[in-house]
Amino acid sequence: MRTVAVVGAALSGLYAARELRDQGFGGRLVIIGDEDHPPYDRPPLSKDFLTGRVDEERLALCDAEERAALDAEWLLGVRARGLDAPGRSVLLDDGRAVHADGVVIATGASARRLPGRGLAGVHTLRTLDDARALRADLTRGTRRVVVIGGGFIGAETASACAALGHAVTVVEAAPLPLVPQLGAEMAAVCAGLHRHAGTALVTGASVAALHGTDAVTAVALRNGRILPADVVVVGIGAVPNTGWLAGSPLVVDDGVRCDHGCVTSLPHVVAVGDVARVDGTRAEHWTSATEQPRAAVANLLAGKTVRSAGTVPYFWSDQYGARIQFAGRRREGDTVHITEGGVVDGAPGADGLLARYRRDGRTTAVLAVDRPRPFARARRELLRAAEPARLAPS
Amino acid sequence: MIAVCRLEDLPEGESVRVDTSPPIAVFRTDDGDLYAIDDTCSHQDASLSEGWLEGCLVECPLHAASFDLRTGMPTCLPARRPVGTHRVSVEDGVVHVHVAAREGSAA
Repeated sequence: MRTVAVVGAALSGLYAARELRDQGFGGRLVIIGDEDHPPYDRPPLSKDFLTGRVDEERLALCDAEERAALDAEWLLGVRARGLDAPGRSVLLDDGRAVHADGVVIATGASARRLPGRGLAGVHTLRTLDDARALRADLTRGTRRVVVIGGGFIGAETASACAALGHAVTVVEAAPLPLVPQLGAEMAAVCAGLHRHAGTALVTGASVAALHGTDAVTAVALRNGRILPADVVVVGIGAVPNTGWLAGSPLVVDDGVRCDHGCVTSLPHVVAVGDVARVDGTRAEHWTSATEQPRAAVANLLAGKTVRSAGTVPYFWSDQYGARIQFAGRRREGDTVHITEGGVVDGAPGADGLLARYRRDGRTTAVLAVDRPRPFARARRELLRAAEPARLAPS
Repeated sequence: MIAVCRLEDLPEGESVRVDTSPPIAVFRTDDGDLYAIDDTCSHQDASLSEGWLEGCLVECPLHAASFDLRTGMPTCLPARRPVGTHRVSVEDGVVHVHVAAREGSAA
């Protein structure tokens, strides 16, 4: 293999580039990124970056020294517009084509938007540019903030806005936020964090329209309620960036379909991170984006699947000073028991909690709020239990 | 020099956080050795005193960055910068941390 193109210059793209060099790839390495920025870390964007505790410099995922050591060609601020599989090329927006015998797809996902024209004061939060714009709007005095979507991005943004002293309302379409991730019981407990912090949580409510001529003035709900707003943050999920693959032989269905080793239907093309649907599952987790490239690159260099990317999913979220951590695969019907700490007045108590999800007498997942040590132990148990599956021959 | 706790209150395999500014984490390894490092992970905001201790390495509870307690050096990503180390002594059964001067601070 002489040239590998990594399409996507964020977390999973950078980790793939590192793996390529670490696993001995000495050929030409081209990294293509649609943002102008060198790789940066997104999790702080909805947390400490918004509150000003972390500045842009701290978001950098690699420094000049490491970039030099990677010995890669960086094509930043240019979008891939196509994959010419027979010609083995990645086609770029500016008319150029990068010939490559191997391709790593790491194009991530984009924030889902509300339909309609853009009003000033309405934000999504996915990129550094998004976060800069939102941060600027939040530093113009006390604002009425409406966050649409009570998922992790929504909850973290609401928490950051509340910490900055703004009046915050979260609008969630479902009867409770985070039920798909945490199950109803624990979702209710985590929803208590909003209430305890003074954030209004409006559930079972969908948005009919945004009001305003140039700048947003209110969010109108379908039930007729009007929520006055100076700033609106739309946190209603992300869609995988696969549009550029239209017309390629790759199977795209909520992400780029690949096997358990991140290999697509073409053996010289692998996919990692938020855009990859690995073995049927697309995870938008930071840790998946850092772990998948190891297997993906090994398989790319081997020309076949020799290694599984399977692992125990893990994510975390910081909200209102509480650190939520979750590992494992919870399924509908799992029972859940709090085994340490507890719930006080409908929210995690001051000393946090540890909850175990179980099915057929086995722990399937674990949730912790401010209990990092017991969580680490439980996560290790899950990893150990999954070990035979991870080592299974491909 | 800061008195941390009595040695018997810090069992092997345990750690304690000292609320200095910035905070310091003191570890007693399974072999009984004592080490002190800056408590905040050099990657992102997480307390290393709550990390997973294995030998002379502590793993950050948030993203699994690992640091060598003897040198403060990261042994794997995502951390790329070291954390500061501090000398530890035991005097009359009490664990003490000798806070190292920081780069740029008045000596």
